[in-house]
Amino acid sequence: MAHVEGQQHPIAIYFWIWGLLFVLSTFSYMVDYLDFQGLLRWTLIIAFMLAKAGLIVAVFMHMMWERMAIMCAILIPPMVIILLTLLMAAEANYVFFTRLFFFGAAPEMAPVLHH
Amino acid sequence: MAESMALEPGLKGIASDWGSDQRAFKNVPWGKAMMWIFLLSDTFIFSCFLISYMTVRMSTTVDWPVPSEVFALSFGGEPIPLILIAIMTFILISSSGTMAMAVKFGYEKNKTMTFWLIVVTAMFGASFVGMQAFEWTKLIVEEGVRPWGNPMGAPQFGAAFFMITGFHGFHVTIGVIFLLITAFKVRRGDLDNERPGFMTGRKGRYEIVETMGLYWHFVDLVWVFIFAFFYLW
Repeated sequence: MAHVEGQQHPIAIYFWIWGLLFVLSTFSYMVDYLDFQGLLRWTLIIAFMLAKAGLIVAVFMHMMWERMAIMCAILIPPMVIILLTLLMAAEANYVFFTRLFFFGAAPEMAPVLHH
Repeated sequence: MAESMALEPGLKGIASDWGSDQRAFKNVPWGKAMMWIFLLSDTFIFSCFLISYMTVRMSTTVDWPVPSEVFALSFGGEPIPLILIAIMTFILISSSGTMAMAVKFGYEKNKTMTFWLIVVTAMFGASFVGMQAFEWTKLIVEEGVRPWGNPMGAPQFGAAFFMITGFHGFHVTIGVIFLLITAFKVRRGDLDNERPGFMTGRKGRYEIVETMGLYWHFVDLVWVFIFAFFYLW
């Protein structure tokens, strides 16, 4: 087996990423601290989250220096989670409206049921 | 030996790596490949928890407790929103930083630096678990949050919170234990002397520090998602 004494990178890159992660975490904390709401809040949360996750996987976990075979084997399968999320969001919406409908949380809807 | 000379990069590399009638993951020790595959399965477990949390939060007709207020902490004055969670986030990121450097010094066979950086990582991890214990105690004892209900809003809040942060905290705890074992091995010289490990005939080598590091970074990675979806959303 070819033994490559792998993954040696200058220490500066780790300090840089560490600093960047601190900055991004501060930003995501500020989203809550400054009380942003609605679409702006959700967009910012997701953006900072993905940036942090990307930096951790790419640099700290050395994925950007790995061969394409392992990158694809590890990073592509989790994509199906997006599909599961969409399916479950649709399901949750359905349950939510069913509850409104049958548990009387929205009284104005009740007459609809009796006809 | 021949394989490292003729490895093709990029997309062509995938075809040749998988078609090589040998191991598919070139330049990756099998222990590291196995850790990656374990982490992939763990990704699915955490996703299931987070997606269930999304489902109950979206489908409840009762207002969800506001995490910003639930997790606020007061140091004698006005309560600061999410402050403990923010501190825990910075601690976990710092532990990832020290771990990444431990891996680097490990491959340089710098025993002292590797040992101390792993110990620092473990200490960060232990303090994270400590703060989580404090957070849980406060929530259970002072706020009366239970897996089946709470005074602040939707009853599913407690179940989602205890399951998700509990499973993550369990990962951190296991990580701290294995970090300390790895640190001990580094200091005793197991990795320099290629001393076989516990329950295995394989020789000790510095790549176990990197494999340990992958697990540790993953714990940090999961926290990024929990922080975003549970605490900030």
